[in-house]
Amino acid sequence: MLRYVIHRIFYTLPIAIGVSLVCFALVHLAPGDPLSAILPENASPQIIAEIRAAYGLDKPLPVQYVIWLGKVLTGDLGASIKTGQPVLREIIPAVGNSLILAAAAICLAFAAGSVLGGVAGYTRNRVLDRVVTSTAITGVSLPHYWVGMVLIVLFSVELGWLPASGMGGGNWQNMILPTITLAVIPAGIIARSVRASVIEIRKQEFVQTLYAKGLDGRRVLQHVAKNVAPTVMAVMGLQFAQMLGGSILVETVFAWPGTGFLLNAAIFTRDLPILQGTILVLAMIFVAMNLLVDILQMFVDPRVKRS
Amino acid sequence: MSSTPTSLPTPAPLIAAAFRRPSRGFWHTVGTRLRRDPVTLTCAGILLVIITAALAAPWLGLDDPFKMSMVRRLKPFGYQGHILGTDELGRDMLSRLIYGGRLSLFMGFMPVILATLIGGVLGIVAGYVGGRWNMIIMRLIDVFYAFPSVLLAVAISGALGAGLLNSIVSLTLVFIPPIARIAESVTTQVRGQDFVEAARATGASTWRIIRGHVFSNVIGPILVYASSLISVSIVIASGLSFLGLGVSPPNAEWGLMLNTLRQAIYVSPLIAILPGVMIFVTSMCFNLMSDGLRSAMDIKA
Repeated sequence: MLRYVIHRIFYTLPIAIGVSLVCFALVHLAPGDPLSAILPENASPQIIAEIRAAYGLDKPLPVQYVIWLGKVLTGDLGASIKTGQPVLREIIPAVGNSLILAAAAICLAFAAGSVLGGVAGYTRNRVLDRVVTSTAITGVSLPHYWVGMVLIVLFSVELGWLPASGMGGGNWQNMILPTITLAVIPAGIIARSVRASVIEIRKQEFVQTLYAKGLDGRRVLQHVAKNVAPTVMAVMGLQFAQMLGGSILVETVFAWPGTGFLLNAAIFTRDLPILQGTILVLAMIFVAMNLLVDILQMFVDPRVKRS
Repeated sequence: MSSTPTSLPTPAPLIAAAFRRPSRGFWHTVGTRLRRDPVTLTCAGILLVIITAALAAPWLGLDDPFKMSMVRRLKPFGYQGHILGTDELGRDMLSRLIYGGRLSLFMGFMPVILATLIGGVLGIVAGYVGGRWNMIIMRLIDVFYAFPSVLLAVAISGALGAGLLNSIVSLTLVFIPPIARIAESVTTQVRGQDFVEAARATGASTWRIIRGHVFSNVIGPILVYASSLISVSIVIASGLSFLGLGVSPPNAEWGLMLNTLRQAIYVSPLIAILPGVMIFVTSMCFNLMSDGLRSAMDIKA
């Protein structure tokens, strides 16, 4: 057990370093001088050189990377160019808000997806099966930012039931529309994989044996559910992590003050430290989630360890 | 043994086989199956209409998609010959939706084509050469895989700045890793097969083996996967435009139209959601077609 966990962590380290390299490169990928946003129009070459040195931009890139990485590891992600605030202080509340939304959405997606997929896979009712399969494909093809707009049109504009934007100071009603919007695609994907997995498990001999020895249907369902769990968990973990990226668009539609909102603002003000910091934090959460899913999967299904 | 002469196959069946109608090839079977699939056919029909309309837009006798009018802003469906109404700057919606297909479809296809070429080559090289090169290429790809796809697209576009070209670059980078992975795993499997060994033993060059054996095995799975990416590409590309990272106004593009019409959602909600309908229908048709192709080619998801 422990050996596997350590092995996984060691495998993740180079990826984490690679991710940090990409994030570091982002700023240098940007056209123009990274300082152009803060330098006054008529700055003399001497002042430019001084500021460059102050930001460490006069050193060779590998040195800059090492210095930057050292700072990142101590939690120093630099300062926002617009507000002058430390990047981390701006990011933390935004990440919190995004996580709240993503957590609510994954719960909804899990509930909807496993019920739909489970029923379709279990009953193998042709009509229901068809409905679930096509709903799943529809869910995957939907541009979720548009779903958000349609929901706003329906429930905010036409019916006037729910607020359309912002967090409303923690009012739960403000969460309903963005949560549904964010849950649509993962629900489709989860339903699809639950269905496939239930069908697969029910074909296996041990299920036949359980029925043959006279176990009642509800107890057999428990056995099936236990075997479907690892697959569903893996899909859920990945979807949860993908949501952190996908929420950029949904948060923009609903003016939800999360990371997406922050990123959007950073892109338009060319606030590269915020852009870089947010992407680094989100990507690291994604990497950590993948690791967590792998390890959790091993606890649920010890067979994983051997492969 | 004395049975040696009898153990040789009698030539008659072989000759008969040579004169039999040539057996139907793999692609022929796939084509036949696709032609019998009503869902795939319907989707293909819808897409054909959308694509043809987009390509032939200038000759369809539509209104000028850029002609603004302050007095005709956000008019409802059917207003003075504007079948689908007008947008927030008084431009004809129908015309803009059809013209918008040009950029949206281009942004759906281009990154997938580029990523298939680049990712395919990377994967085949990694899989065929193996060893250290495989390590380097695949670990590099793992790093890009470690980003959520939309986040990576937004990050690269955000750093490079808005623009059509930058959107295509960022989407291509997002799609290369999965394609390279598929190409790599198929190539690695094929490389270990006996028929490759046999080909090498008969003196076939590396290029010939790749062209004849590897390529023909890799092309199927990659094609199926790439076809499913077109719908993703359309949705994410429109998403980038929706964020203001794609093409710039006054260009007609579905995501951008959705973005600029968002302000009008309280005034004329029906018109504001129209571009999204186009994105959704196009993306779903591509998805269903890809599904049809997958089952016609009998490749498991």
